[in-house]
Amino acid sequence: MTTAGENRSSLEVIDLHVEIASRRGIVRAVDGVFLDVPAGQAVGVVGESGSGKSMTLRAILGVLPPEAKITAGQVLLDGQDLAHLSNTQLNRVRGPKIAMIFQEPMSALNPVMRVGAQIAEGPQVHLGMNRAKAGERALELMRRVGIPDPERRYRAYPHEFSGGMRQRVMIAIALSCEPSVLLCDEPTTALDVTIQDQILRLLTRLCRESGTSLVFVTHDLPVVAQVCDELAVMYAGQIVEQGTVREVLTRPSHPYTLGLVRSAPDVDHPRSSLVAIPGSPPSLISPPTGCRFHPRCSIAEEDCVTTMPTLNPIGAGRATACLHYERCLEALDAQGADR
Amino acid sequence: MSTQPLVAAGPGTQDDGTPLLEATGLSVSFSVGSALSARLRHESRVLHAVDGVDLRIERGEAVALVGESGSGKSTLARALTGLLKPDQGQIRLDGKVLPARRSRADQRRVQIVFQDPYSSLNPRLTVGGTLHELLRVHHVVPRAEIPAYTRELLGLVGLGEEAVHAYPRQFSGGQRQRVAIARALALRPELLVADEPVSALDVSVQATILNLLQDLRAQLGLTLLLISHNLAVVRHLCDRVAVMYLGRIIEVAPTEELFAAPRHPYTQGLLAAIPRMTFAPEGDVPAVRGDPPSPLRIPAGCRFRTRCPIAEQICAEQDPALLSLAGTPAHSADGAPAHWAACHFAFADPPQPCEGATP
Repeated sequence: MTTAGENRSSLEVIDLHVEIASRRGIVRAVDGVFLDVPAGQAVGVVGESGSGKSMTLRAILGVLPPEAKITAGQVLLDGQDLAHLSNTQLNRVRGPKIAMIFQEPMSALNPVMRVGAQIAEGPQVHLGMNRAKAGERALELMRRVGIPDPERRYRAYPHEFSGGMRQRVMIAIALSCEPSVLLCDEPTTALDVTIQDQILRLLTRLCRESGTSLVFVTHDLPVVAQVCDELAVMYAGQIVEQGTVREVLTRPSHPYTLGLVRSAPDVDHPRSSLVAIPGSPPSLISPPTGCRFHPRCSIAEEDCVTTMPTLNPIGAGRATACLHYERCLEALDAQGADR
Repeated sequence: MSTQPLVAAGPGTQDDGTPLLEATGLSVSFSVGSALSARLRHESRVLHAVDGVDLRIERGEAVALVGESGSGKSTLARALTGLLKPDQGQIRLDGKVLPARRSRADQRRVQIVFQDPYSSLNPRLTVGGTLHELLRVHHVVPRAEIPAYTRELLGLVGLGEEAVHAYPRQFSGGQRQRVAIARALALRPELLVADEPVSALDVSVQATILNLLQDLRAQLGLTLLLISHNLAVVRHLCDRVAVMYLGRIIEVAPTEELFAAPRHPYTQGLLAAIPRMTFAPEGDVPAVRGDPPSPLRIPAGCRFRTRCPIAEQICAEQDPALLSLAGTPAHSADGAPAHWAACHFAFADPPQPCEGATP
């Protein structure tokens, strides 16, 4: 799966650990994450706040907050380990090889720089284009991401744009140097559902056209289903389940995934009551022993308290970190009979 | 334990067909920017956040208010709660017109739960402190019964007695929202307004709050006005849905009818835009194109026509009224939940086919 297509590269995260120093102790925000993003594929990472999904993404790009650092692991892009590059070396990779779209476009854009200049900056710095040529490229990008009247809006400032249009500008900036991997951190969470629909369709189309791989982080399961091929579910700094989106969402084989699927109201199949996951996510300073989900799990047994499960393949490109995943499927079948 | 019901029976609770709350021609506007910038940009200085809204809420009903950000749904909710003064129109509670400045007794009858439990609770007061203050000011129960009543309230929202002495920062988001709900229920309101009560919470926690609201409705016979942009939540919880666009209600219908056969093209687009767990969208054509226009530059005629796939000449010339199938105006409804829509073509043709909107 890791063979790269022509000109297109694959991203591989191997046993990544990120620790954050806090007053109360060391927070193991990312604790042994493996992620494989083949060229041209879209991989989703879902989890609640504090599950480490955004930290994983930031670690890949080397833009962690100052108090956080990568303590172990590799981030391989075309065989090059990004986790051990200096900032100067990273700057050569960011842009032409890997780029990121953030959740809040207003705080990610420069408020005192014209939008067109912000889009043209990347090609000038990374692709060595002169101003005129980079400007033309910016106009073309604005057209591609669907910003109406680009000649006029080129000279506008971010505050003159709506939320959806700002996110389009972010996408244009991210794609300006034709990266092979695009990282998205909840790119539509701040947007209305109609605008979200527009942006998701745009992202999917652009990535399909250019063969760009996508890592898409969100807490919203249906959004993942719209965009991604593969899915990784994160809980308490670890990946607990992996597989194709359709498989994972329709036949979850980890009780946490099952909990997520059952706790969200489904717009097409309203149920009489929702099944919430009891309790709240654990502290990552002193996580529970054994399986980190066991205090909230309905099918946990004694060995879950003592044995730390690893992500084990269960066939057909799927993996789960549950010792008793068969019982999860049984629970699902029982629920299916209810419906 | 107090033997009094948590929800007090208001005056005139006989089921005589009077809606619990009725808004007619309600408008709320804000003035923004300077006169100069308004003239330079050819924009109005007055932002009509809510523009002539009629809405009835029957006793015991759960009504949802949905729409994009900037559609005026939160402003309408605040006006109905009495937190904002409407410029025009009337709000009737149990048939009685409410004055712009409400009496304490009227304030108690409509209470609100805000979106963000991190900013809506006083960080310097314990949960007990917050509730005690409220109960003392409003004389809901005799002073001696305040501690017992507080415990009862916390039990009602699923918090233990130890919560009395805790500060908001000691709670998770879901628990804080429970405290906020307890605070709203403390005054025994007849109408609970919930403004995006789960949007700030994690997915797994949202379900507990939604279940709580559902239980409280059944247990206390509460009337609920839920403001949400999440249509799955709305379908789960509400009997009737009102869809807002640029300050107007453009469609109202019983929930199942709205989801099965939306009449307004905006509602159709809104439903089609919801991401589904089971299938991915096909093609590049979005469910609704473009951005909502600025509320300072509301299009003439139908407000949705600039984004509407079926707009014609008449839409630019005439502002469609909110009408039911029978063609009667909205405010003379006979109380039966009807399907209303503000579109020139809503009832002329069979409902427009709409990809993904029908289950």
